[in-house]
Amino acid sequence: MLPKIIKKDDLRAFVEALLAENVVVAPTKKGIKYAFAEVDSFDEVALDYNITMLSPRKYFYPQNETVLKFKLGEKPSAEAVVESAPKIIFGMHPCDVAATWLLDVVFAEDPADPNYLSKRKKAVIIGMNCAKPCDEFSFCKDMKSYNATAGFDLMLTDLGDKYFVEVGTEAGEALLVAGAQASEASADDLKALQEWQNGKEKSFVNRIPYDTKFLPEILGASDDSLVWEAIARKCLSCGSCNTTCPTCYCFTVRDEVASNLVDGERKRIWDSCQLDEFAEVAGGENFRKARSARLRHRFNRKGKWLLERYGKSGCVGCGRCDRNCLVKISSVEVYTQLAGERAK
Amino acid sequence: MTVKEKNTPQAGSIFQPTIGKIVAAKMLTAKEKYFRVVLEGGKPLGQKPGQFVEISVFGAGEAPISICSSPTQEDSFEMCVRNVGSVTNLMHQMEAGATLGMRGPYGNGFDMEAMKGHDVLFVAGGLGLAPARGVIKYVLDKRRDYGDVTILYGARNPSELLFKEDLSEWEARPDCAFHITVDRPDDAWKGNKGVITTLFRHVKVDPSKTYAVIIGPPVMYKYAILEALSMGIPESRILCSLERRMKCGVGKCGHCQIGNVYVCKEGPVFSYAQIKRLREGI
Ligand SMILES: Cc1cc2nc3c(=O)[nH]c(=O)nc-3n(C[C@H](O)[C@H](O)[C@H](O)COP(=O)(O)OP(=O)(O)OC[C@H]3O[C@@H](n4cnc5c(N)ncnc54)[C@H](O)[C@@H]3O)c2cc1C
Ligand code: SF4
Ligand code: SF4
Ligand code: FES
Repeated sequence: MLPKIIKKDDLRAFVEALLAENVVVAPTKKGIKYAFAEVDSFDEVALDYNITMLSPRKYFYPQNETVLKFKLGEKPSAEAVVESAPKIIFGMHPCDVAATWLLDVVFAEDPADPNYLSKRKKAVIIGMNCAKPCDEFSFCKDMKSYNATAGFDLMLTDLGDKYFVEVGTEAGEALLVAGAQASEASADDLKALQEWQNGKEKSFVNRIPYDTKFLPEILGASDDSLVWEAIARKCLSCGSCNTTCPTCYCFTVRDEVASNLVDGERKRIWDSCQLDEFAEVAGGENFRKARSARLRHRFNRKGKWLLERYGKSGCVGCGRCDRNCLVKISSVEVYTQLAGERAK
Repeated sequence: MTVKEKNTPQAGSIFQPTIGKIVAAKMLTAKEKYFRVVLEGGKPLGQKPGQFVEISVFGAGEAPISICSSPTQEDSFEMCVRNVGSVTNLMHQMEAGATLGMRGPYGNGFDMEAMKGHDVLFVAGGLGLAPARGVIKYVLDKRRDYGDVTILYGARNPSELLFKEDLSEWEARPDCAFHITVDRPDDAWKGNKGVITTLFRHVKVDPSKTYAVIIGPPVMYKYAILEALSMGIPESRILCSLERRMKCGVGKCGHCQIGNVYVCKEGPVFSYAQIKRLREGI
């Protein structure tokens, strides 16, 4: 679909038009940090945010979601709950778009999961391209997710006095046609985009000293590396790296019964492979008792296994895990050390 | 210009259980209880030997439990449940007439077609007899499709032996060889004593046409696989059913992951040729 142009001053009107008829979720300022939240006005949108605490995965895959309602008693009954509501997610950065794309593939794998997919399918993603890395933790260039190639409905790039709008889907185009004073992108606009892109290439640096296409191979040869034990000395198994990761999708399931002791709900709740009991089975056997084994598991998921299984990287290099690790365990350093070189 | 509803996914929730009714229940040992379950509307479960179900006890949660009956028994399915925690504890309080939720059958199960025409050596340790029993019963029900059948079963002590009626039947049957051992015999025990691998010396197999089916506690696999390999059975015909923590049974929750496979989906049955590539597999 042909790219479009929205004048800088027209963005407010576009977002307000979206707000008039839709639930819009966008980055907002939360103290000194940012978070995706429902907004009521354009002024709440933090257009220049760097990175949010959590990615918008929480809108497709809530941290705590009711998946079943049941009734106890002589004749128990149970009805699955699949809830979804249309939403526009405005301002998603390319790394989060890439992470969402992976989750789309994971939850669509047979048997498909309608709890995720129904929410996802009713969401329109309007992305916002990044001109520079969020901060020193970003390694999205290494993970090749700093440019969004697909997975969005619209993707906006700030060219100064206008936004260049890549149109990914018909749904995105329809919103644009109805709500924005958009014009066709001209040859000059395409040139301006190219120049912008050249600048972007310069401001994003690689931090891992090798092409990450070799990461699966490097991880594959590192099962017995003492690096896992070295980082295990520091790791607290707190699970923050999982909670904040846009590609983490592991969950546990828990039943809750109301005080009338009849009605109850089954919830699926984000889980963390860094917790001791994650792989424990009855009889006390734990397949990843050692913290080093759990760290190896997480890094292999991120850098190797999900790619092998789903054809998409399990890590988009957003840096949230490193940014939020209390003891400063760094993915970039781990991947660098495993390859036998010190981090740059 | 509201967001248009795009296609909504076709299939139902992966969390929707079917209701089943317990038609028979009895204690097999102090810790294990047997259940026979009929599904709503009497429809067959349609499982493959080696598959499992996710049993729901509403209010407590779900537990993956092996189906211990053969699909040749269509009107109902059976389970043997050890009381270890919240779900299994509540199951132990259930008697005939009670209802429970069920999802499945899940997992790959055994490829009974590929095994046709071959000899089968079963090696079951402890609660591993439950899943093994479904396969053994299937093979014995389709006896002419398979060659020599040998069953090795080991338990910790005589009071932990499961399915005693089946054990006597297998013992008596002329068309299968049956060997049993206990680690810690009591005074009344007259049979073999020692861990299950000590039974291998009673067995002669033709490795060129034998499948080994090995199911037991995690510690057993390495030793039993070693015995099967030293008999000359090829890696691809040594089949094991692995246990992992499972929260969904359908390849989503991540709990059962080993490397790039999900045990609930690509397993729980793996050949040793596959397992040897899976770090943390056994
Ligand atoms: C494929 C498969 C087949 C199984 N077949 C049988 C069977 O035929 N009979 C039988 O008695 N047991 C079987 N199990 C084990 C059974 O699933 C667990 O004992 C059960 O889930 C424990 O649930 P609980 O609520 O009673 O225990 P909890 O109160 O949840 O915990 C008790 C203990 O069980 C472990 N555990 C908790 N959840 C799981 C889980 N989802 N999977 C494995 N371990 C868990 C915990 O780490 C803890 O050590 C099987 C497990 C798998 C994966
Ligand atoms: S955030 Fe850091 S300390 Fe916490 S589990 Fe992850 S690696 Fe370990
Ligand atoms: S592993 Fe870390 S850097 Fe990679 S996607 Fe997850 S949070 Fe971002
Ligand atoms: S049990 Fe959830 S992925 Fe296997």
